[in-house]
Amino acid sequence: MGHPLIPAILSVGQIRRETGDVVTLTLEGYGRPFRFRPGQFNMLYLPGAGEVPISISGDPGKMDRVVHTVRMVGSVTGLIGRLKKGDPIGVRGPFGNPWPVDEARGDDILLVAGGVGLAPLRPVVYDVLSRRKDFGRFLLLYGARTPDDLLYKRELHRWRGRFDMYVDVTVDSASSTWKGNVGVVTALIERARFDPYHTTAMVCGPEVMMRFTVRALMEAGLKEEKIFLSMERNMKCAIGLCGHCQFGPYFVCKDGPVFRYDTVKELIWRKEV
Amino acid sequence: MTVRVIGKEGLEGLLRALREEGYTVVGPLVRDGAIHYGEIGSIGDLPEGYRDEQGAGRYRLRQEGDLFFGYAVGPGSPKYFLNPPERLLFRVSSDGRGVEEEDGDDPGFAFLVRPCDVAGISIRDRVLLEGEYRDPHYLRRREKSLIIAVNCTHPGGTCFCLSMGTGPEVGDGADLILTEVSGKEHYFLIQAGSQRGKGLLERIPSMEASPAQIREAEGLIEGAKGRMGRALERDGLKELLYRSHDHPYWRDVEKRCLACGNCTFVCPTCFCTTLEDRMALDGSAERWQRWDSCFTLDFTYLHGGSIRSSIASRYRHWITHKLATWIDQFGTPGCVGCGRCITWCPVGIDITEVVEELRKGGG
Repeated sequence: MGHPLIPAILSVGQIRRETGDVVTLTLEGYGRPFRFRPGQFNMLYLPGAGEVPISISGDPGKMDRVVHTVRMVGSVTGLIGRLKKGDPIGVRGPFGNPWPVDEARGDDILLVAGGVGLAPLRPVVYDVLSRRKDFGRFLLLYGARTPDDLLYKRELHRWRGRFDMYVDVTVDSASSTWKGNVGVVTALIERARFDPYHTTAMVCGPEVMMRFTVRALMEAGLKEEKIFLSMERNMKCAIGLCGHCQFGPYFVCKDGPVFRYDTVKELIWRKEV
Repeated sequence: MTVRVIGKEGLEGLLRALREEGYTVVGPLVRDGAIHYGEIGSIGDLPEGYRDEQGAGRYRLRQEGDLFFGYAVGPGSPKYFLNPPERLLFRVSSDGRGVEEEDGDDPGFAFLVRPCDVAGISIRDRVLLEGEYRDPHYLRRREKSLIIAVNCTHPGGTCFCLSMGTGPEVGDGADLILTEVSGKEHYFLIQAGSQRGKGLLERIPSMEASPAQIREAEGLIEGAKGRMGRALERDGLKELLYRSHDHPYWRDVEKRCLACGNCTFVCPTCFCTTLEDRMALDGSAERWQRWDSCFTLDFTYLHGGSIRSSIASRYRHWITHKLATWIDQFGTPGCVGCGRCITWCPVGIDITEVVEELRKGGG
């Protein structure tokens, strides 16, 4: 067995520019079926630049490809955003604790995403839609900074057109050409219809957005044990050996990134943990 | 297990036997005015006749007596050998497609170390070998290594192994156990802690220890228990740290802490690493694993800034990890009571004193 810190080298296939600073890359050449569970992540590596944890944004049912949606915010992600078709890229994974999709069977599923936080939730959408009858109501609430920052616009339209899925979108600010909602994503929770006693909520976005979303969900009647968050911390190894991603007693790379709210509630309201 | 006794020649014979078995013997020696661990060729390399003085931010060696092991630990620990400060992991060709794993050299070390360092190795084993993923380089070196514990009869001014249950007498994890006695006669009690140790012991001439010799050695260890320079009250420690997140004392520590990371480098259990690339002019790259410290601002960097931006929060993270979260993660504290972090802190921040201050405030 090789060293767990050594990446496999894949090639960039299709590239889709989602927004001004977000791209979705389809990586090819994994060599065997790529199996992952929604919410897991890979480490993406560019020689000489570094390695970053990026959630897998593809369809878990399509195992012939590895799909990542990357926002160009740092030196490594900036270079990933400039890759061309055919370029090599190192991949290690999948790592981490997934969203509890199987455990949520029978429940209403409420996804709340902020910004690029929709990327790790997209595999849940694919997964739920592939076995739609296993679940109750299915809702996606999505907030972005501006209409131009909305990811997966074509898919959002397609999902919104379905009779078995509720999609509501809001933005922080927009010009007068935007006819949709303006405001924070928590405002969408009040007008969404779900059974609070039988709903599993999966939340991903900036930490401050997740904190306020949790508060709104609990006000709506959800129990702490039915709310799940995806946390982000600096990661180097992704296998629990380098110490960087510690979050209280947890290693985000292996105990997370998905956490049940009640297991982290003492931590996420505290500064500099 | 029967207790045997050897003299200086027997100790020399043991070192010879270890070398013949292919081990690189790592033990204490004097370097740069301090006790370090390094490669030992013969007993002549050992710091014979040295004693140490240790305090918060203070370390001095002086010559006194005739003991080979008359001092507590210095700044080095076995982690320098089991997880070297930096290690090449792999190379990537200039086209970015060829990845060549660097196997490196993993010698078999025979460690001649104090009980606190034996405990430190056991803790590293739990961290690096007992989770879902293992560190393969560490595993290779551990599988090949042999541990000779030298019971401690001369604890230092910053030692508190008694509080942590890791010394002055060794617990589990040693292949051979030595106790040095120098009174009317100078001898070493030796006993095996494993089959490998037993095999080695049979290779060197030794005599059965007399009850009087055993009593004398036990007396020295008992005496060491009474001479611990520091103590750490363990009762309710984990809960104390968990509830002290907002304790005002962190700001007091922050005024002194330089965030230099010395405590993490001298700590025998601190295991954090980072990964770093080195580029060559031909476009090929090397990926290295290096020790890292939670005291750097970079350690928690995420887009937009660092999670632990204040030094107070970094010190709080370090001590909370050592004494509280480590227990939840690995079932043991991450502290062996060796006192290195106290001695080698340039401003003398004392982990035992910090705990006492936290207790005062009630958190």
